[in-house]
Amino acid sequence: MQVFLQNRCPGRLIVVEGIDGSGKSTQISLLSQWLRRRGYAVTFSEWNSSPLVRETTRRGKKKEMFTPTSFSLIHATDFADRLEHYIVPLLKAGAVVCADRYAYTAFARDVVRGVDRSWVRNLYRFAIKPSLAFYFKVPLDVALGRILGGRDALKYYEAGMDLGLSRNIEESFRIFQGRILEEYESMIEEMGFHVIDATKSIETQQKEMRRIVVQEFGRTRPPGVLGTEVRVAELQG
Amino acid sequence: MRNYKGRPPLSYYRTALPGVDYAELQGKLIVIEGPDAVGRSTQVRRLKPWLEEFGHAVLDTGMARSALAGKGIKEAKAGNTLGPITMTLYYATDFADRLENEIIPALRAGFVVLTDRYIFSIMARAIARGENRTWIERTAGFALVPHAVLYMRAEVKDLISRVVVGRGAFDYWESGLDLHFGKDMYESFVRYQSSLIQVFDDMADPYGFHVIDASQPVDRVFESLKKAISKVVEMDVPAKTRVKRKTARPVARVAAR
Repeated sequence: MQVFLQNRCPGRLIVVEGIDGSGKSTQISLLSQWLRRRGYAVTFSEWNSSPLVRETTRRGKKKEMFTPTSFSLIHATDFADRLEHYIVPLLKAGAVVCADRYAYTAFARDVVRGVDRSWVRNLYRFAIKPSLAFYFKVPLDVALGRILGGRDALKYYEAGMDLGLSRNIEESFRIFQGRILEEYESMIEEMGFHVIDATKSIETQQKEMRRIVVQEFGRTRPPGVLGTEVRVAELQG
Repeated sequence: MRNYKGRPPLSYYRTALPGVDYAELQGKLIVIEGPDAVGRSTQVRRLKPWLEEFGHAVLDTGMARSALAGKGIKEAKAGNTLGPITMTLYYATDFADRLENEIIPALRAGFVVLTDRYIFSIMARAIARGENRTWIERTAGFALVPHAVLYMRAEVKDLISRVVVGRGAFDYWESGLDLHFGKDMYESFVRYQSSLIQVFDDMADPYGFHVIDASQPVDRVFESLKKAISKVVEMDVPAKTRVKRKTARPVARVAAR
């Protein structure tokens, strides 16, 4: 089955994926600052952040109303809204869009929740194929160690409590993340992920990401890709 | 129409829902479909008590009525900022919630489920907006195959008179104004509803719709719907009524003479 639509816009889409605690958000933040300094117009889009469906998601989570299917569909709705109203127009304008999690998150999580693999692949067929998709590969214990120490209490769906894996929320989270990790690993080749060893130092990982970006985008900004200075000049003109 | 009496338990179109035992579903699922303003809700309101009279427990449900997404959809539509894919998926979320939390439990309990619109309206709206047919068919493929899909068919001119007489104004979404079809609401309504009817017509054969001519007077449409439902749902006369009729009819005949 064909996954995603080809990006026919001048802009570039960079995606980071990985389990919680893999360090992907830190890395995409560093990368976007670096791209900005190199003159790119950079924007961000985060998983599950559309204002349009926020209330519905909140209601469903609070009252624990979700089934695996409705959970999958509301996240796809959220994704569609961000894609139609934010990501695609920005790509058309020539921006670099950095996405913290993308459809791959659904492919991993929803399948673990018991949703049919090919159904969820088809569900996201309207998504734009990323220019670069980084996968932050990390052993489960390392990721859990980073998370379970210094953070707020785990939430019901985040810990996969709806799956009834364990009554203990931390244990449930552990099993759930382990299964998601397996799903990610099985996707690496199919999805053409650039694998980043997330056990390495933050600096080493960032260096590797920048190397791959230069390799893909070239040393100078490709034609049609919007730069920060261009935008300022256009506004003044 | 095929006689569905005694058919095997309900099943899905393409994809099984996780955690559902389909063999447990003993009720009947009846779908009323058709374009906007064709008179579906009027008919559903009359069909429910009619079915109950025969001793059936009836659940009636319809689009954007889910506890999960109903409110969100209404708010999103009020803002007029819904993109076509987002709208399709929001309705699919609403449908999934109602299917798993209302329809399936009711069928498990042996209810007759009467639903005002089903996946076909979601699919028709997506296709009329140029979205990929295979994509939406597969996405909606977790739906149950109903015992009957009663497609209330009418021409655009019939819908227009219902909108003007019944509601007094054209609606933004019913007119497909997000598609920027025509100069005004009327032109847009005509073009959008025509394409919806076309899409419904195209689905009639592959999805086995039972076509009801909805341009007839309301009572005639009601009779046609009752007749179609009688082929699917057991319509034994309840004991009480039977007794009444046995005595009442001869009396009436005598009186008529």
